Amino acid sequence: MATAEAHKSSGIGKDIVIYICLLALAGVQFLIAYQNISVSQMFTRMLAVACIEAGIAVLFFMHLWSERRAFLLFVIIFTISVLLGMQYGWTDSTRMVVGAPFSKVM
Amino acid sequence: MSQADVTMEGHSAAPMVGPIFSIPTKKFAMWLFIIADTMTFAACLVAYGFLRNGATDWPRPFHSITNVAVMTLILLTSSLTMLIGLRAARAGDKTRAFRWTMVTALLGIVFALLHIREWMGLINEGMTMFKNPWGTGLFGASFFSITGLHLTHVLSGVIALLVVGVRYKGGRYNADDIEVLGLYWHFVDLVWMFVVPLVYLLNLSH
Repeated sequence: MATAEAHKSSGIGKDIVIYICLLALAGVQFLIAYQNISVSQMFTRMLAVACIEAGIAVLFFMHLWSERRAFLLFVIIFTISVLLGMQYGWTDSTRMVVGAPFSKVM
Repeated sequence: MSQADVTMEGHSAAPMVGPIFSIPTKKFAMWLFIIADTMTFAACLVAYGFLRNGATDWPRPFHSITNVAVMTLILLTSSLTMLIGLRAARAGDKTRAFRWTMVTALLGIVFALLHIREWMGLINEGMTMFKNPWGTGLFGASFFSITGLHLTHVLSGVIALLVVGVRYKGGRYNADDIEVLGLYWHFVDLVWMFVVPLVYLLNLSH
């Protein structure tokens, strides 16, 4: 019983530590917003922090770290590959900025 | 012929196919939903980034981070209360689990109210889905779509928290159901971590 109680309280302690880490990382995002840097630099830094936050939340709050490694790999590889697949259109968005016309479809 | 029938007929062989990845079916289904929903939000955010990148007069209507900071704090805290509720449910403490699940739902409601208050502020400044006083009208459409989709998830989560919490207390649901719901709630929190920088912080008026 004492062991169970100790385990229970240490679990909550770990959750609180992760919660504070996530709060700190969110705070870093807000600090970045007030830095005197270009939008692209700001975007990169904020996205990097968001990815770290998401990783921590998925692994520990959603307990993916405690699942079987095969499932962890399934979720990570499947999600990342589809997310990367969505990035193919960025060059077109840049062409809109410089005013280059879209290629004509015959 | 079902697996139960095979067993009842006296065959002592172990089931040939167990749960995939050895996790409960409900939990696996929730993970699949989360992966699918990740694609939905990612598509919205990528489309938003595409529009923002392509527009020369993208508005920066946010003067203060106070509201969005409080909303972030509330949502992160609600994830913690959800975990505390889950641990209580796992320990068999029904009263405590129910109480923390309701606290999570309450925080979700506060988040939604703050969100709606912010929307009303922007609408009062003249922003609609198709036009605003600051720049390209695409901003309103993308802003309301992304934050609206997230708000819908929060409100759905609140309803689910109330239903599952009450049914858990009544004995119809167990700790596994709280865990599955917790996965969804953490996912809603996770999405917010990307919405805040992309939609709010990059559009602060300095």
